[in-house]
Amino acid sequence: MIAWLARLRHLDRRWIFLAVAVLVVVPLVVGFHIAPVRPSLRSRGFYDAIERLPEGSTVLLAGDYDPGTIAENYPMHLAAARHLMSRNMKIVAVELYPGGPPLADRVFRIAGGEYGKKEGIDYVNLGFKSGNEVVMSQMGSSIPRTFPTDRRGVPVVQLPAMKGIENFQQIALLVSVSAGYPGTKEWVQQVVSRYHVPMVAGVTAVSAPEYYPYLQAGQLQGLLGGMAGAAEYEVLVKHPGIATRSMDAQSLAHVFIAFLILLGNLAALPQRQAGKK
Amino acid sequence: MKREVPLLISMVAGIFVLIGFFVPHPAIKTTYDDIQQWVIIVVAFTYVLGVANVLRINWTQVSRKEADWPFKIALIGGMLATIAIGFSEGSHYLDDGSKFTWIYNTFYSSMSATMFSLLAFFIASAAFRAFRVRTMEAFLLAVAAFILMLGRVPIGNVIHPALPEVADWLMEIPQNAAKRGILMGAALGVMATGFRIILGIEKTYGADGGGS
Repeated sequence: MIAWLARLRHLDRRWIFLAVAVLVVVPLVVGFHIAPVRPSLRSRGFYDAIERLPEGSTVLLAGDYDPGTIAENYPMHLAAARHLMSRNMKIVAVELYPGGPPLADRVFRIAGGEYGKKEGIDYVNLGFKSGNEVVMSQMGSSIPRTFPTDRRGVPVVQLPAMKGIENFQQIALLVSVSAGYPGTKEWVQQVVSRYHVPMVAGVTAVSAPEYYPYLQAGQLQGLLGGMAGAAEYEVLVKHPGIATRSMDAQSLAHVFIAFLILLGNLAALPQRQAGKK
Repeated sequence: MKREVPLLISMVAGIFVLIGFFVPHPAIKTTYDDIQQWVIIVVAFTYVLGVANVLRINWTQVSRKEADWPFKIALIGGMLATIAIGFSEGSHYLDDGSKFTWIYNTFYSSMSATMFSLLAFFIASAAFRAFRVRTMEAFLLAVAAFILMLGRVPIGNVIHPALPEVADWLMEIPQNAAKRGILMGAALGVMATGFRIILGIEKTYGADGGGS
């Protein structure tokens, strides 16, 4: 046993890589079902915040991420767009990541097609603007001045979706889908604390702990953390998608990593005992 | 003058933005808004500067045939080709089926997602090789990691129904308390640095680049 554990220390890491690949790919391809997804209070808060809005309200949807975090942020972005469109909300979208606008376009193309919503009338994608927090702050003074045209270069004054929208006073809810900086934290600091706009956020799993203080303080009404949060939200909106399908892969990967921590420490035991002697 | 003028500009702009944040009076708000517009425009120019810098550094390395120079040719070629194709398509560069969109979906999107996905493999390898429980603190960390990793995914509920609840407690009480403390400390640090810049004590961004 001791000799076997000692040999284990020199395990070629490519075996670990192969095991991870198998554990992730097989559930995605085969699509078996380990356990149901149960929505947490945080995800329910996100869902309820949108449900509480009167139909036809204007919602600011900030898609502050790029393809690097597409696995986590895109499913929650798509689910949020579907939820908003199903309730006939008017969506004003912005992205503070240069690589974000095409992803928002994709989200609106899919969700807009499903719910028969038209660009410029039911939703508008204002696109990317450099300046991070300054853009958020400037939108508080005037959204049309900060974004004179939409992403395709159409003046916002010509867009029915932007009619009557001047600043955050006309925004009923801020939905932030964020991968980091600039993102949820900056929206809370620049907009929620100053203009008291209700806000919910969907963030990457690794950054989620950062937002718990804002959630507990009531500055965020709901929080989706990573792909698990996106899956919970998909269940709530009754539109299971890629995040729900990926939960088995994520479950198995987490169990495997926990097993590896245990195994790694067992493998280190002989060396530690030899050191003590 | 190289030192005093930037300091004066920082001081005036900093004080104005600070006041503008709290005072919505039109006399201040107009200038406050203008300053913010200038910031947005200046930041946009830094992207041009960034492209020029990438070109300069990588071209120098290619011309000297430094390590990995063929990769730098790919970088320069890819960047210039993307810019040229974007400009050549004019206002239609965002349309479905445009070459620019194809480059985004085929290269940028796939490669960015791949880079992030590689983390799963490295985390698994690091869990086996580096996560050693040698002290009580490391033991507590390992226990918390186990509970969170399993409690945050649907399988946790199958292993034990209490796992998700314990994971939530860990996140909402001990984690939140620590995070709140860190946030407050960082906020105080940011405030102190802000005041140092406004008052001209912090000079690391100045002409000589030397700290005070």
